[in-house]
This record gives sequence, structure tokens and C-alpha cells, in this order.
Amino acid sequence: MPERAVKNLRGIGHEAINGIWRLGYASRFFLLTLARSATSFRRFSLTIREIYFAGVLSLIIISVSGLFVGMVLGLQGYETLQKYGSSEAVGTLVALSLTRELGPVVAALLFASRAGSAITAEIGLMKATEQISAMEMMAVDPIARVIGPRFWGGVISMPLLAAIFSAVGVFGGYLITVVVIGVDEGAFWSQMQNAVDFRQDVVNGIIKSAVFGVAVTAIALFEGYDAPPTAEGVSGATTRTVVTSSLAILGLDFVLTAFMFTGV
Amino acid sequence: MENLVEIKDVDFAYDVRPVLKGINMNIPRGKVVSIMGLSGCGKTTLLRLIGGALKPAKGGVRVAGRLMHELDLDGLYDMRRKMGMLFQFGALFTDMSAYDNVAFQMREHTGLPESMIEDLVLMKLHAVGLRGARDLMPSELSGGMARRVALARAIALDPMLIMYDEPFGGLDPISLGAICGLIRSLNDALGATSIVVTHDVQETLAIVDYVYFMSQGAVVTHGTPDDIRKSGDAFVHQFVWGEMDGPLPFHYPGASYAGDLALEAARA
Repeated sequence: MPERAVKNLRGIGHEAINGIWRLGYASRFFLLTLARSATSFRRFSLTIREIYFAGVLSLIIISVSGLFVGMVLGLQGYETLQKYGSSEAVGTLVALSLTRELGPVVAALLFASRAGSAITAEIGLMKATEQISAMEMMAVDPIARVIGPRFWGGVISMPLLAAIFSAVGVFGGYLITVVVIGVDEGAFWSQMQNAVDFRQDVVNGIIKSAVFGVAVTAIALFEGYDAPPTAEGVSGATTRTVVTSSLAILGLDFVLTAFMFTGV
Repeated sequence: MENLVEIKDVDFAYDVRPVLKGINMNIPRGKVVSIMGLSGCGKTTLLRLIGGALKPAKGGVRVAGRLMHELDLDGLYDMRRKMGMLFQFGALFTDMSAYDNVAFQMREHTGLPESMIEDLVLMKLHAVGLRGARDLMPSELSGGMARRVALARAIALDPMLIMYDEPFGGLDPISLGAICGLIRSLNDALGATSIVVTHDVQETLAIVDYVYFMSQGAVVTHGTPDDIRKSGDAFVHQFVWGEMDGPLPFHYPGASYAGDLALEAARA
């Protein structure tokens, strides 16, 4: 049926145009946020408040998750390494896995679920209840006053949370392998110290988490700002934040890993 | 009398859907003017045009002699500092107390010390009768109280123009009476000019100096409250007396009812 084919083709074209338009709108929003960031630093108390909401309030979930991930890594690593008689290397395995990959990635996924969704819901509801319009009518730029501090709050919080995740994870690995299983403590720490390179592993992990912080916070803010001002609109935007952020984290992780650790 | 707001031949459309057609209005300085009409007739859009949040497709809105749609962002914000707006449901910042809501603009736009801001905020809250509610959060305020705090916030910087978007919606009679009285008394006390967008006829006619009636994006009539009450115009009569059908049709324009039910085809 040519008529149906034309209709379907038109539908695909419409979706594509909408997608590109939205991408352009999101890019413009991101650049505006960067361009109007002066307020976030001039009145740093605004940003500190957002660091508290996005970062400090995420500490419990980050710490508990980090502890369990470290403990699981310790268990799994010991199980495999002891077959080759190198169970002391479990410290190296735990530390490298956490600093290079799991710390930044899992912390960012948790951050997207906890802080990202909260940011989207807050901005979406501010829009739905006309708080953003009220601010504009009061001659206060909402991008500078509301969006900027939340963006920088998220970007600053993310690497710190990832570092805490990794540190607590290493402690979890230590608890299981050294305290519970009985791996030699000196070997555990010394092998870890020898194998983990500060520039190559720790700093690269921090760079990754900073990039994830930019991506997650920017997506969360844009989805909230662009949400239709209805209950369905805000709930849909919150879901999109978690889904899009998670995919962005995993995609970016691959690209960054390719550049950082394999020299591609 | 000098006009603070002049709206000339304004057309406006959202995408391709026309909302306003050939609007002409003058809002004299110092007066309280109401814009009435059915929901969806373009009243709120008109307020947004006056505030410079939208640009007209044709014509222009002048506030204090300045053409709003030609202003750059700095010019627009400069004008908005001289305007106050009360939103339909208050639009209070939900993460701030009543006090901080009223202090918001003062902290953003003035370099005043906190002690002076405190005095000014308490004066504004006193004017709306809510000095004692200064520490309450918006979630702890009733609808009427939230509207009054929002009113105190709207007059925080002593604006020359105060705009009210459906200020009476969802209020109990006591709160409605309070807001009504405040609109008039604050306008006179501040020497401001007020525009009240509403469809609450009787309450509004009691406090305003002049009324514009709108229907389907156009001004259909205007006059003083006495003119309106005595008007023989069918539209005004229907609106003032709340009649279900008349010049404002009950049914949204569409295909014929018989056609939609396929009765015409059956008859043929």
C-alpha cells in the first residue's frame, strides 16, 4: 500500500527531525548553562547548597554500594586467584577494578538514579508550578540562578563520590580478603601500591567520573527544563533522565577507556 | 491621561494557531484595569506579551513608552524589575519560607544590607496581613495565604505595574474578599497601575476602574464597571449573568453533530 508506506516514511522523517531539533535545543541549553555559570562561582553558597543535595545526600547509597561491590570483588577475585597461587594479588585486582572502571561507572549510575532523577523532578515541578516563569518575570535569569548551581554542584560532586566509592570498595575488599579469609595484609597492600599507578589509574578514573558528572547533570537538567508541565510530563522526563544518563555513562565509558587504557 | 501600557494592533499565534487578533488596549497610569473573558480566550497570553515573555506576530506592546518586543535581554530585565506579577496559584518558591520568597528579589537586585531587607520584607508581609507567617514554608500555607505571600512578593520592589493572572481562582470567599481588597488598596497605596486578568465578574467589577472583555482572541467590548453593568451587549450580558449559551457558544466549533454520528449519511 503506497499510501501507508508514505505515511510511515513521513512518520520516520518527523521523528528524525524532532530528534535533531531536540538535540540542537539540548546543545544550546548546555552552552547557555556554561555561558551563564558566573553566578555559580560568584555566589558559591548557591553551588554548595546543590553539592549538599546532589553529593552529600548521595553519600549513604554510594558508600553502602561501594562496600558491597568491594566485598564481592574480593570474594570473586580470591576465588579465581587462589587457583593460580596468587591470592595476595587480590588487593591489586580490587583496587584496579574500582579505580579504573567500577568506581566511576557504578557511582555515576547510582548518581543518575538518585541525584539525576531528583534534579529532573525538581526542575520539572518548578516549571509546572510556574516558579521558573515567576523567576523570569522577576528579572532573574533561571539558567544562571537555578540551572547553573545545580550543574556545577553535580559536576563537583561526581568525582568526589566516585573516589569515595572506590575507597570504600577497597576497604570492603580488605575486610573480606584480609580480615575474613586471612590473606596476608602486607602483601595485600604492598602489591596494590606497586600495581596502581596514580596518573594512569587514579587520575584517569577521576577524569572519567568528571565526564560522567557533566553528562548526567546536563541530561537531568535539560530533561527537567524541557519537561511538559504536567504530571505525566515530569514523570516521563524523570524516567528519560535515568535511561539516557545510564546509556550515556556506558557509551562514554567505552570511548574514554579506549583512549585512556589501550592507547587507541 | 497618560497610558502606562499601550497595546496596538497586536496579533499573536502559537505556531499556526491564532490566539490574539487585532488587540488594542490602553491601560492608564494609576488605574486598576481588568481583562475578562472565557478560559482560553488569550488573556494570559496578553499578560505574557506585556511582560515581554512573548513577541507579537504583528503590532506592539509599549510599557512606559518602551516597545517590549524590541528590547534586548538586559532591557527586558530592566523593565521587569519595575513590574510585579501574581501568578494563578502563587508560584511561590517551594524551597523557601514566606520571608525568603518576599526577600528574593531584594537580595537579587538590590545591594541592601540584610537588616534593611528584613524591615522591608516585614512591611510587605504586614501589608498582606501575614507578618506572623514569615517562617512558614509554602506547603504550610493555605491557598489564600499563599496567594497573599505571592502578592507581597509581587510588590517587593514597589513596581509601577502589577499584573494579576486569575488572582481569585480556587479561593474561599474570605480569601477572595481579602485579595480583592488588597488589589485595590495596594494599587492606590503604591501609586501603581494594575492589570487583573480574571473571569470572576462581580468581585472584579467592584474594584476596577475599567474593563476590557475578550472573546476568541479579540476585544469585544470595553468600558467602566457601570457601563458594563448597564450594557445591552449580548456577549456582556451572557458573561455577567453567567448564561450557558449566547454569543459565546457552548459547543467548541467542529463538524456537525449529525455528521459526526453519521446520521446525515443514514438520511441520504
